[in-house]
Amino acid sequence: MPELLRASWVIARRDFAAIIFSKAFFFFLLGPIFPLAIGIAAGSIGGQVARDIDRSSFALVMAGADSAAMLQARTALAEQLGEQRVPVLVAVETDDPESVIASGRDTRYLGVLTGNLANPRLIGTQAEIDRWQGPLELLIERARQGEGAAPVRIATRIVTESSGSVEQGRLMTAQVGQALLVLLTMLLAGMVLSNLVEEKTNKIIEILAAAVPIDAIFLGKLFAMLGMAMIGITCWAALAVSAILLAASGLPALPTPAIGWPAFLALGIAYFAMAYLLLGSLFLGIGAMATTVREVQTLSMPVTMGQLIFFFLASFSVTRLGEPIELFAAIFPFSSPFAMLARAAQQDVLWQHLVALGWQAFWVLVLIRFGARLFRRNVLKSGGGKRGLIASMFTRG
Amino acid sequence: MTANAIEAHGLVKIFGRQRAVDGVDLTVPAGSIFGILGPNGAGKTTTLRMLLGILDPDEGTRTLLGTDHPLDVARRVGYLPEERGLYPSMKAYDAIAFMGALRGLPLAEGRRRGRAMLEEHGLGKAADKEVRTLSKGMAQTVQLLGTLVHDPELIVLDEPFSGLDALNQAKLERMIRAQAARGVTVIFSTHVIAHAERLCERIAIIAGGKVPFAGSVSQARDRLRPQVRLETRALDGPWRAALPADAVPEGHFWHFTLPETGVEPLLRALIEGEAGILSLSIERPGLHDAFVAIAGADAARQLEEDQQQESADA
Repeated sequence: MPELLRASWVIARRDFAAIIFSKAFFFFLLGPIFPLAIGIAAGSIGGQVARDIDRSSFALVMAGADSAAMLQARTALAEQLGEQRVPVLVAVETDDPESVIASGRDTRYLGVLTGNLANPRLIGTQAEIDRWQGPLELLIERARQGEGAAPVRIATRIVTESSGSVEQGRLMTAQVGQALLVLLTMLLAGMVLSNLVEEKTNKIIEILAAAVPIDAIFLGKLFAMLGMAMIGITCWAALAVSAILLAASGLPALPTPAIGWPAFLALGIAYFAMAYLLLGSLFLGIGAMATTVREVQTLSMPVTMGQLIFFFLASFSVTRLGEPIELFAAIFPFSSPFAMLARAAQQDVLWQHLVALGWQAFWVLVLIRFGARLFRRNVLKSGGGKRGLIASMFTRG
Repeated sequence: MTANAIEAHGLVKIFGRQRAVDGVDLTVPAGSIFGILGPNGAGKTTTLRMLLGILDPDEGTRTLLGTDHPLDVARRVGYLPEERGLYPSMKAYDAIAFMGALRGLPLAEGRRRGRAMLEEHGLGKAADKEVRTLSKGMAQTVQLLGTLVHDPELIVLDEPFSGLDALNQAKLERMIRAQAARGVTVIFSTHVIAHAERLCERIAIIAGGKVPFAGSVSQARDRLRPQVRLETRALDGPWRAALPADAVPEGHFWHFTLPETGVEPLLRALIEGEAGILSLSIERPGLHDAFVAIAGADAARQLEEDQQQESADA
């Protein structure tokens, strides 16, 4: 075992240095900035579009007093319920209300509210009437009451938490934590796929295979990639926190997880490492079978799909704590880190995480061993005599 | 140190339906230079890979420096594969140190030795250059130095002369002899008879996955009887009856295989028969003739083609 670790260290050190001191690593660090920039741009454009759409409103074709009462009622209700929940009214003077929304007109009214307060009439498509009839009736009701109708105000007393809010909050922490874990693993673990291509392309694999066990090559490569991923995450996290603090908006306040923030963060790091190693060892084994970069690219799609299945399994189970599906997600090695992190947010039980981490580590070793045997058998063409693939996992060499 | 650096018995490797190696037996005495001679595709590389533990044999056993788990003695072994490979972005001295580190040499010591070795081989200025910028010959030298940097007891070289020009081939021969002089066992594969003949104390001839001969170069040559070249003044006479049945005339010359009874009875008969002996020479067969006799004409023809191909590539 010490020799295996020593050899792994030699491989990991070489790979880590080769990655960190390459120009490509700089672009890797910049990677998340591109989707972030695209997200901000898309959000900005989307917001603009939404604002444009929000300007669409109802034409108000009523007599002067009724029209004024309606507009006054609208202002009052918007204050109480929020601007988005109350339709915008634009007073329009016309003898032919229906012509206001006739096709070809350069207006963007959803419909026309006409008649008077006693006998109002709404003109519009079925969809808009279904959607806005209720709020407009509320407005008319308010307008009928006139200025004298003061809005009811409920006296409030604020408590720090309620049983419902704690549960909801922890669920949110679980979901956010899980989503972040999945996202990072998906982004980073797929890179392991192409990790042995360099050795095969440059014919170095034979030198390595003659000097150290294949298991050590796999282990070393995985830990080098994990180290690189950790550096990336640290940089991105530091950048995100700095940006938030600079924007003076303060860190977003997620509800405290059941196990507490320090333990939750420590478990988050541990589960990320395990998720990365589990998926990475699988991908390394699959990728090692590929002989060219093109083959690796072809493998990327099914591998990404596979990751999504684990994510769906874990996220489906997050609201079903203790149910069979959630237990399965916690035990199944590839979804276990995600499911267990969600548990950490919702349950104050530490021992189960130690068991889970041990279980996941066991599977990492099994997968590395299996991948190494597969590599020896299929790539190095070392059949190992008449032994089967599984049997060869329990032999030396 | 064990008496034999390598022992292999009945090694078999099957790829698909092909028996690439078919019952190979080898014994490589410690401290010797041992050559595996055969044409491309004969099974040399597969045999070496099995000896080193890169491949597991389908049948048979092998021990390397006394163990049947070759990776257990990886620190004591140096290996230069046929397909040369280095990380292109590594600096030359670092590539040497990395290969040493794989076999247990501390990285700092490997770097120190790497620089010194490069200096010693006239590549001091290339020490800090990336491998991708080196010429093919320089890169091969770097890889060879990486094979030796950890002072191995056993060096395994797969077609080490392949791709080298004459100057570098001579340099490599000197390097192999220097290692052997230090007591290091060197085993190398080659399809060039001259290298084996010049360097090796013992050889194994391999063809079609089998080893029809393993022993000293001298023993291989002794498989054939010496050839006699006789020059006589007389062209005919009763003395001709004394010549062996395979004697072929060529003017005043006769070529034939030395009779088992030796040359003395023949000489006596020639003198008594007044053949007028002008000259007589006995030539011991070379390794090439021995190879033809042992491995067969087809293997010998392929060996020659491989050599011609390599000369053309070089």
